[in-house]
Amino acid sequence: MTDTSLHEQPELNGQGLEWLDEPGSDREIVLSTRVRLARNIQGYPFGARASGEERERLLARAREALSDADVLGPADLWQMTGLDASERTLLLERHLVSRELIADAEGHPPRGAALTLSRDRSLGLMINEEDHLRLQALRGGFQLTRAWQDVDQLDEEIGLRLPYAYHHEFGFLTSCPTNVGTGLRASVLIHLPGLVLTKQIQKILEGMGQLGLTYRGLYGEGSRIVGNFFQVSNQTTLGKTEEDLIDQLEGLVGRVIGYEKKARSVLLREAPSVLEDKVWRAYGILSSARSLPFEEMMNLLSGIRLGVSLKLLKGPRVETISRISIHAQTAHLERAARRRLDETDADVFRATYVREALSGDGGSTD
Amino acid sequence: MEPGESGAMNCEHCGEHEAEITLTEIEDDEVRTVHLCSTCAALKGVGSGSPSGPPIADLLAHLGASAPDSDFAGDSDSCDYCGTRAREFRRTGRLGCPQCYASFAGQLRALLRRVHGASQHMGKVYVSSAVDIDDAEAKITTLRRRLERAVEIEDFESAAELRDQIHALSGAR
Repeated sequence: MTDTSLHEQPELNGQGLEWLDEPGSDREIVLSTRVRLARNIQGYPFGARASGEERERLLARAREALSDADVLGPADLWQMTGLDASERTLLLERHLVSRELIADAEGHPPRGAALTLSRDRSLGLMINEEDHLRLQALRGGFQLTRAWQDVDQLDEEIGLRLPYAYHHEFGFLTSCPTNVGTGLRASVLIHLPGLVLTKQIQKILEGMGQLGLTYRGLYGEGSRIVGNFFQVSNQTTLGKTEEDLIDQLEGLVGRVIGYEKKARSVLLREAPSVLEDKVWRAYGILSSARSLPFEEMMNLLSGIRLGVSLKLLKGPRVETISRISIHAQTAHLERAARRRLDETDADVFRATYVREALSGDGGSTD
Repeated sequence: MEPGESGAMNCEHCGEHEAEITLTEIEDDEVRTVHLCSTCAALKGVGSGSPSGPPIADLLAHLGASAPDSDFAGDSDSCDYCGTRAREFRRTGRLGCPQCYASFAGQLRALLRRVHGASQHMGKVYVSSAVDIDDAEAKITTLRRRLERAVEIEDFESAAELRDQIHALSGAR
């Protein structure tokens, strides 16, 4: 029999970062792939309108359904009210939870809000978010079909155990009408410095918009673009099958990857010295700075990521660069420092962490 | 990409708003970093949020203003189940509960066509096989909400009736 035990509130360590080491295609350009499904349970108001008691009952029912779901296997569950502010931010920095799940308008963890992650960390769900359930599959690199299949299977299992709110015309019902129908949002976190440097990015983004895709910054809705990372996802969720939405995103992102590769080779051909200088300056600052704000670090990491993929730099490995971008966020630094850090302290800790991470990965000499 | 580019600064394009976005460009073989506010960045095609389409509440307000009421003849003023008002939905773009979709079906159909280009679901078909106990629980929750509202508006006759129904259902389980 499959082990489907649910481990409550385990210690937070490196959970949810396993995808960093996962092989996936186009890893140099695509950081990660995720597919999420928004689902709600009949008989309960949506998240924003549900009372504390209703949210608690919903959590209890979700917990019961999950402890019985084979596809999830043994899993961990964290209630947000049982984590301190820094731990909740840690989950946010790993893209495992949304802002809405970890804090209400007053900044308190909402009652009944929880995160479940499968032991292999590729599957999870948020409970009591804007929608009752947000099922998600997370994969390293460009793996849309795989992520969709994973989350689809989880959806089938949970749908057997909990009565989803579903309407024959509108499909799966969601708190916001922009998610209704399939409830599916597939997104790819993609690094496009070549298109930014060659100034083609605007054209590409506009084109994607016309073809039903949208983009966001590193942290989802409303977040800004840093380090030339774009989170590209489907804009509409209704009127197409899940497979069509996935195929369309896969095809278009595939083309964007092609354009990005082309832009990189043009840069290498037309402006090699400018490019090389840019990459090495980025490496120089990252390996010597004593104080490093997050955004500056991300922009510089973008430079060395580009340099490594074009073989202008021998190291660090792409995985190390991705790892730095996660671990050098403030809540992660606080965890390593075992104390709260103000902005000045965090910038100093960040610089130290980055220097050590770069020197620990063989450095990069000519 | 120069060191020490952190801290609040004003947009280098308009000079008025606080810069929120850092754009790296190559111009005349020279790499430069430009700090822009979100408005100027959007003009340059680099945005901080979703770039396409007006916010849903604006769309709804627009639909409400232009569409004749007859289009939404079947719609209720408020959701029978959670009490969300049509006006509230049009203002916030958020629905209160699954039942709202039936209560505001007319307006939603118009909105969904604007937002998704369709109003008919084509994806997975779902048939709930989570059985009786869930239905009873859902019914009780519905009745409890109605009871609360009945008490709120001092409709004690309905309240008593609802209380009996809840008792009957709870007893049956």
